Amino acid sequence: MNNQKVLLKVDDLKQYFPIKGGFFGRTVNHVKAVDDISFEVYEGETLSIVGESGCGKSTTGRAVLRLDEPTDGKVEFDGTNILELNKKEMNKFRKDMQIIFQDPYASINPRHTVRQILTEAMEIQNAVPKHERNDRVKELMETVGLGAHQIDRHPHEFSGGQRQRIGIARALSVDPKLIIADEAVSALDVSIQAQVINLLKKLQREFKLTYLFISHDLGVVRHISDRIIVMYLGKVVEIADKKSLFTNNMHPYTKALLSAIPSTDLEAKKERITLKGDVPSPIDPPEGCRFHTRCPFATDICRTKVPELRNTEGMKDGHRAACHHMEAIRSGEHQPTVNA
Amino acid sequence: MTGAPNPSYDNILEIKNLQTSFFTKDLEVKAVDGVSFNIPKGKVLGVVGESGSGKSITSLSILRLIEEPGKIKGGEILFKGENLLDKSEAQMRKIRGNEISMIFQEPMTSLNPTFTVGQQISESFRIHEGLGKKEAKKKSIEMLKLVGIPSPEKRINQYPFELSGGMRQRVMIAIALACNPDLLIADEPTTALDVTIQAQILDLMKELQEKLDMGILLITHDLGVVAETCDYVAVMYCGKVVEFTDKKTLFTEPKHPYTVGLMQSVPQHDQDVDGDLAVIRGSVPSPADMPQGCRFAPRCPFATDLCRNKLPDLETDEEGNQIRCWIYSDEWDGDPEVNVHEQSKSTS
Amino acid sequence: MIQFIIRRILQTIPVLIGVSILVFSMMHLVPGDPAQVIAGEGAPQEQIENIRERLGLNDPLPTQYLNYVTSAVQGDLGTSMRSGRDVSAEIGARFWVTVELAIYSTILAVFLGLIAGIISATRKYTAIDTTIMIVALFGLSMPNFWLGLMLIQWFAIGIDLPSWVPFFNNTAWFSPSGWGSFSQIVLPVITLGTGSAAIIARMTRSSMLDVIGSDYIRTARAKGVKEQIVIYRHALKNALIPIVTVVGLQFGGLLGGAVLTESVFAVNGMGKLIIDSIQARDFPVVQGTVLVASLLFILVNLIVDVAYRFLNKRIDLD
Repeated sequence: MNNQKVLLKVDDLKQYFPIKGGFFGRTVNHVKAVDDISFEVYEGETLSIVGESGCGKSTTGRAVLRLDEPTDGKVEFDGTNILELNKKEMNKFRKDMQIIFQDPYASINPRHTVRQILTEAMEIQNAVPKHERNDRVKELMETVGLGAHQIDRHPHEFSGGQRQRIGIARALSVDPKLIIADEAVSALDVSIQAQVINLLKKLQREFKLTYLFISHDLGVVRHISDRIIVMYLGKVVEIADKKSLFTNNMHPYTKALLSAIPSTDLEAKKERITLKGDVPSPIDPPEGCRFHTRCPFATDICRTKVPELRNTEGMKDGHRAACHHMEAIRSGEHQPTVNA
Repeated sequence: MTGAPNPSYDNILEIKNLQTSFFTKDLEVKAVDGVSFNIPKGKVLGVVGESGSGKSITSLSILRLIEEPGKIKGGEILFKGENLLDKSEAQMRKIRGNEISMIFQEPMTSLNPTFTVGQQISESFRIHEGLGKKEAKKKSIEMLKLVGIPSPEKRINQYPFELSGGMRQRVMIAIALACNPDLLIADEPTTALDVTIQAQILDLMKELQEKLDMGILLITHDLGVVAETCDYVAVMYCGKVVEFTDKKTLFTEPKHPYTVGLMQSVPQHDQDVDGDLAVIRGSVPSPADMPQGCRFAPRCPFATDLCRNKLPDLETDEEGNQIRCWIYSDEWDGDPEVNVHEQSKSTS
Repeated sequence: MIQFIIRRILQTIPVLIGVSILVFSMMHLVPGDPAQVIAGEGAPQEQIENIRERLGLNDPLPTQYLNYVTSAVQGDLGTSMRSGRDVSAEIGARFWVTVELAIYSTILAVFLGLIAGIISATRKYTAIDTTIMIVALFGLSMPNFWLGLMLIQWFAIGIDLPSWVPFFNNTAWFSPSGWGSFSQIVLPVITLGTGSAAIIARMTRSSMLDVIGSDYIRTARAKGVKEQIVIYRHALKNALIPIVTVVGLQFGGLLGGAVLTESVFAVNGMGKLIIDSIQARDFPVVQGTVLVASLLFILVNLIVDVAYRFLNKRIDLD
């Protein structure tokens, strides 16, 4: 995997959102939505970011596209740090990086027909010569499994799954390299969700797309990803290839997350690690390891020292987790403190 | 409690041929179209279906909370042997929140933002048990303790916006269970929650169900939730029950092609799928354009002319499992060796 | 809460400064020399000089402004040119009349508007709802001076109708002018309150419909709460939040509406004072009245904000 070309490289990315308040509406604090994360996305792969609400996965996607201006860090796309680009230079890069949202309806103009929606994207990026645009639109419609006869309909005439296909077609219209899918299939009914997932995979094969797939659904993630990042409270807690993450996970949070998902396998033996309490506020994240307030393995060091992402014996190359105790937990030396 | 309890019932709830429709200017949308199922005393029934299946409307019909332009057109809803559709509005009010309670999907919006948590729980005690302010508050604190909310004396004076989603859902459960209901209707109670919080809430519901020995009607689209919490399952499609069986049968040998399709199309976190996911082709038909035969026929890989033209009945087999599909009838005109577990994988 | 009120009061300071600058410059925005304007056309140069000296018009503008503000803060708004009395005394004599008129009208508007809006919302798409909304539309579109004149015609003067017409014959029940007795108050209050009532009714209807459709109302019903309690306790409290803002804005609007209403009914309030003063070119009084009206408006807004915050706990977050 490591000899593959790196398409997107995120370095020490921070995204803090100011909170206004106090006597004169000054910035009194920050929501540390994403706090110093780094990862690489290889060309042609699907890298998923998973985590619960508030972990910063969507914020990361938006920051990579500069939909919000990141507070600090580097985002290198194809070797260029796009955070240093001015607006005009950035626009050139936008063609290569597209996003699909959870609710496609919120991001398309309801008064436009599908033809207008798809042509508009091409116009803005000037990606396709004018006289070819019409054919391209029809082609796109068929690529995403919509009939070319539906080309002059408005978004509201389509079902949720079809609208998501329009969203995908629009992203594809400028021939991007990277697609960020932010909970792109989460709002769809299960039978439709499978259709869209298959479509995304087919498109990836056909157009050699790279996906940054943001989702809370670990079933979907297991099916679609090559590698997976687990985030908790603005930090990466574990990053691994799919197989390692599901079968050889090291971080207690990853373990808890996976064990919390209800399984359809009636025979499966369950050792559920029930986490107590809620995720702390990202305004005042816990010192040390951010997971320590809910972690059954937490000790003093967890409360004071921030764990580094690291690889250790028995972990595959490229598999890293951020836990002080992962060796001891794995060997069974370190048992969870029972205080239920 | 209203009326003398009728000891002759086995099912806490029995729904027979329930029909609820929504009327627009020139269209009748049959949201619930002849639904029947029952919940044995103290058991959990899961109702599974996608949007438009009528599962939520069924649950609202039970409490008779259907609003204009919707109407319950027919059928029977037997609760402890008595038909709720025959009750007056005043009698229904005594049942709601007292003998039958309900919790909803969105904990963020299901609590009144202008009242404290305590006021909202107390209200149930005050309406149904006629308690005074002080006593109601005391019992509300007990309820908060029961649903596992830390420092309930403090929480009771807080407003919903001061609580997290998981906490709010616990408050909803506290409200629902305040008067010790015999039946709890939970409409997608964990769908809006994160998985670790979902696990907490499901655990809590199971624990309280055993403690209080109540029946639960759990509406969900998540087969994993069904597998972990339910005793029986009804699968709904387009306003009809297509399969009704115990959980084990459903997961080991699902019969209806729709059930099978649902199970195969959802990727699971603990199983690998090679290649593409199985899909159910097409999409749910619009209410204005409902197929005349089996509702699932246009999407079913096994459909024959019989399926397309004639609606199958919900048939009960000797073990009490119910199925609405021609494949299992004597009239079946397709391949007699058909295996519903082999569905095609296509991306269309 | 207290911190919020203090902050909110501090925030009015820049507004106050802005208002005072505007009011102060009114004098200088008048075309030509203010002293000339005040003295009237053809006045001898000497008299103009006198006025100029008396009003301090020879000082540089910032000094003039500072003088104006300093005396205004001390309650000295100058002297009326018409009556020679203190402006503050002129306004003081009429201030409460206008405030009373506005308050009574607001009470009427809130009362009628809320009831009509709630009835409309709970019976949406019925004949009652349609009727109420049509009436509200009329109330909204009717200019209030015209409504005032009509009311005077019908209920103060009375009209001659054929004797078989019941009720509306000889309906000269109320007094057409002045302020003080009940019979004098009724018509101006109706005149001024109708438009606001209509706006509040429409606002209440849409706000109630929003709230009635919300999840927590369904929760309340599922709890077994009586429908009246669902509406008047659970729904109304939430629906009131946007309504309070509208009522506040309306109250400000009523102060403006009072100008016309007071003229029509010859009510001796600030509105009439301002009209009379404008006609008589009594600048100090116009200035003073505008200033006092602005202060009142700011005060009402302050009260609305506090009330809003009291109703909507969520804003209390920071």
